[in-house]
Amino acid sequence: MKRLGFPLWPRRPSSAQTAKDRLQILLAHERSGATPDYLPQLQREILEVIRRHVKIDDDAIDIRMDQGKELSSLEINIELPHTRP
Amino acid sequence: MTSQLKKEKSVSKVIVITSGKGGVGKTTSSAAIGAGLAKRGHKTVVIDFDVGLRNLDMIMGCERRVVYDFINVIQGEAKLKQALIRDKRVDTLYVLPTSQTRDKDALTQEGVEAVLNELREEFDYIICDSPAGIERGAQLAMYFADEAVVVTNPEVSSVRDSDRVLGLLNSKTKRAAEEGAEPIKAQVLLTRYDRARIEKGEMMTVDDVLEILAVPLLGIVPESPAVLKASNVGVPVVLDEPSAASQAYEDAVARLIGEEVEMRVDGERKPGLLRRLFGRSA
Ligand SMILES: Nc1ncnc2c1ncn2[C@@H]1O[C@H](COP(=O)(O)OP(=O)(O)O)[C@@H](O)[C@H]1O
Ligand SMILES: [Mg+2]
Repeated sequence: MKRLGFPLWPRRPSSAQTAKDRLQILLAHERSGATPDYLPQLQREILEVIRRHVKIDDDAIDIRMDQGKELSSLEINIELPHTRP
Repeated sequence: MTSQLKKEKSVSKVIVITSGKGGVGKTTSSAAIGAGLAKRGHKTVVIDFDVGLRNLDMIMGCERRVVYDFINVIQGEAKLKQALIRDKRVDTLYVLPTSQTRDKDALTQEGVEAVLNELREEFDYIICDSPAGIERGAQLAMYFADEAVVVTNPEVSSVRDSDRVLGLLNSKTKRAAEEGAEPIKAQVLLTRYDRARIEKGEMMTVDDVLEILAVPLLGIVPESPAVLKASNVGVPVVLDEPSAASQAYEDAVARLIGEEVEMRVDGERKPGLLRRLFGRSA
């Protein structure tokens, strides 16, 4: 049988490839120290700023994150008290 | 928002997945059992107790969504609901990830107790994925448990470590310390079971292991390529395509909630074993 030094057809997206991609994204964030250790501080500061205008609870803030290859997003939800202006 | 988290029943169960030895399948089993319970409609949270070696998030496929962790909650830096990650596939399934940057000393008994008590208000099942070893982290993971799943491979060092862990469950836990409390209900989950090697006499049989450990059998999970594949893509094995391993975990989950399911190995019945198990306790 003839052997070639490269695959005959393009590599299909295997589960091993998915594993590698996931690790690369995760480890890039972990190594850069971009793991969100600053988030508790950030959260306190956001609460402080908002409190200058509205009275809100400590747990009225909800931070969600999605770390991606090119783009990471931080979604910050603030629950405002139930009053009409 | 909080109302959708509230559970319906009043009793919740804390179940520790433990083993002593590392690499036997605790995290795989925590994810599979947690997802299996949630799939049946039970509000379930899986907690990673392996501080500094966070892995449950990868196995459950939520590693990119971790903002706050168990340690942040214990140290008062975040509220519990801010740290809980809701699974995108099963809406009754949640993950409480651990910290990757701190060490086991960040866990305190009071802190763990407070978090578990708060979780008991909202969840039916609280699955604690224990770190390996028998030190602080492993002891805190088991301390408040109502039930234990001791993950064991049919291999000498794993069985020996499981025996040690069974001893700790009976001596170093809240239920052991409290007078009049029912002891922790411990069951063995045999994983990475390789029938070909057992038939060749290279590995101990199920009966051998049970004879030594003398606790009930929760299930037999075969060595299966489906487990590696599921971990590659970040899907608990019971949420992935059906396989011998996912079937074994589904059966184990059914037994965990009290259903009687015949013991099967690689999908085949093993009636002799079943008769022996129920025969002895009856
Ligand atoms: N039934 C199984 N079949 C094949 N591989 C398995 C099985 N159970 C676990 N593994 C593999 O064994 C390794 C250790 O599993 P893990 O769940 O991380 O163990 P632990 O949490 O006890 O250290 C992983 O690579 C996992 O994919
Ligand atoms: Mg583990």
